[in-house]
Amino acid sequence: MTHVQALIDAIGLGAVYALIAVGIGLVFGVLRIINFAYGQLIMIAAYMLVFTQGWGDVIAILIAVAAAVFASLVMDRAVFRPLRNTSPATVLVATFAVSYLLQNLALLRYTYQNRPVGDSVGVLGGLNQAADIGSLHIRWITFVAIGTGAVALGTIALLLNRTSIGLQMRAAAADFHTARMVGVRANTVIMAAVAISGVLAALSAVILTVQSPQVTNTTGLSETIFVLIGVVVGGMTSLVAATLGGFLIGFANSFLGYELATQGSTSQTAVPFTSGVYLPSVIFVLVIIVLLLRPDGLFVRRGRAPVERV
Amino acid sequence: MPEPLLVVEGLDVRYGPVSAVRGLGLEVHRGEIVGLIGPNGAGKTTTLHALMGLQAAQAGEVRLEGRPIRGLHPEAIARLGLGLVPEGRRIYADFTVAENLQLGIVGRGDRPGVEEDLAWIHELFPVVREFRDRPAGALSGGQQQQLAIARALAAGPRVLLLDEPSLGLAPKLVDTLFEALVQIRDRGVGVLLVEQRAQRTVALAARTHVLSNGAVSLTLAPSDAGDTDRLIAAYLA
Repeated sequence: MTHVQALIDAIGLGAVYALIAVGIGLVFGVLRIINFAYGQLIMIAAYMLVFTQGWGDVIAILIAVAAAVFASLVMDRAVFRPLRNTSPATVLVATFAVSYLLQNLALLRYTYQNRPVGDSVGVLGGLNQAADIGSLHIRWITFVAIGTGAVALGTIALLLNRTSIGLQMRAAAADFHTARMVGVRANTVIMAAVAISGVLAALSAVILTVQSPQVTNTTGLSETIFVLIGVVVGGMTSLVAATLGGFLIGFANSFLGYELATQGSTSQTAVPFTSGVYLPSVIFVLVIIVLLLRPDGLFVRRGRAPVERV
Repeated sequence: MPEPLLVVEGLDVRYGPVSAVRGLGLEVHRGEIVGLIGPNGAGKTTTLHALMGLQAAQAGEVRLEGRPIRGLHPEAIARLGLGLVPEGRRIYADFTVAENLQLGIVGRGDRPGVEEDLAWIHELFPVVREFRDRPAGALSGGQQQQLAIARALAAGPRVLLLDEPSLGLAPKLVDTLFEALVQIRDRGVGVLLVEQRAQRTVALAARTHVLSNGAVSLTLAPSDAGDTDRLIAAYLA
């Protein structure tokens, strides 16, 4: 039965990572930019949940969504757009710079006020309680994460496949030059993608802060790194592949963590898998193997080169 | 004579120090096909890209229905009524035929008459309706070319630019294509046709400009189509 519990927990984490993967993948699709600063959008949304403590959960979440969307749009306008015609390396380094800038800005909050790093969040805190189903012990937030992930991904799939702006976003992602030539407005499509990615960052922030209610300047950072790896493993050129990759890395992270820990503690071997110490190394070995075998991505049809940038 | 739909005057396009188009001028009137032929590298595609805003032009004037469009974004130019059927078709292979057509409508701006235009397009290219739910990549080359033209027409353009539409088509399909161009012209759309099939283009177009080294070296009338020596001389000039 514990395996079932580990499985459900793993699906829960996979769902959050899938949301982040879509947020990163949508922007990559239209802009060919890997936004390393995506984690700081999550951080900004998380801090909004801190600042709005006591305003009620709904208002707090709405403000977090608005802040993440706003920050995402500002990032596009201030950084991505001026650098749109520069090399991918330049843009990637710029997003690193934005990421560290925002992390260090957040750190100022603690150094100047001389208190321990971190704020606690109480939004939707009740969801951190566990529900007991038979012998299973599963936190409500896990179900909420799975439900939110399914609804958000379903909504985005409908948007992309059933609406005009979705068609335009897909066209821009597949071939931006041709899209503009037939009249698709570049900035409209880019802003739509950037805004939706902001919404997803905020949703991820809400779930992550329920799971671990401590917000610091590195909130969202490790998740983003893991998801970026997952997105590359899945395949950057397809949003579906990138999303599956994000889900997979979250799933593997949680499931392997559980299974390895269990084995370590019962088998008394000389190699103690009892902590998470060995977990990243196991995952990264798998990542390297996948990338060696399928450099274009696990879920991408072969022989498709990445498309040129805008 | 009414104001032409498309007027190009003194168009200059340079790639760094290299001149690709030099002082090019031409006019396209309503319901008229104008040809643009010339050897590879003469600047035909560059000219179309510059008109469409895909390539920056350093000098010259481009007016669509009297309105200056040089320097505008391609999406703005498309919405004002210039449509390009690019070389290599550039249809979205993973999208359905209907979605490809839908993208053309997106670029329509607020021009009315979508239903009417679509009905006409379906009549002109029945495959577009027949295979509407298939992935566009599953169509044959000739059908893909029809879809590319249909997509451009769905935007309700005043002037249609075509970049070597007959490239890679079987002779019978080339006939179909040229017949479609006549129907498009007869609907009142101005057509600027870049082609490698010089003789057929000269015979079809009201005027055909021969481009060499980025400048118009000669302008031919339909009556020149039989004059093979003159055509060859124009290419060699």
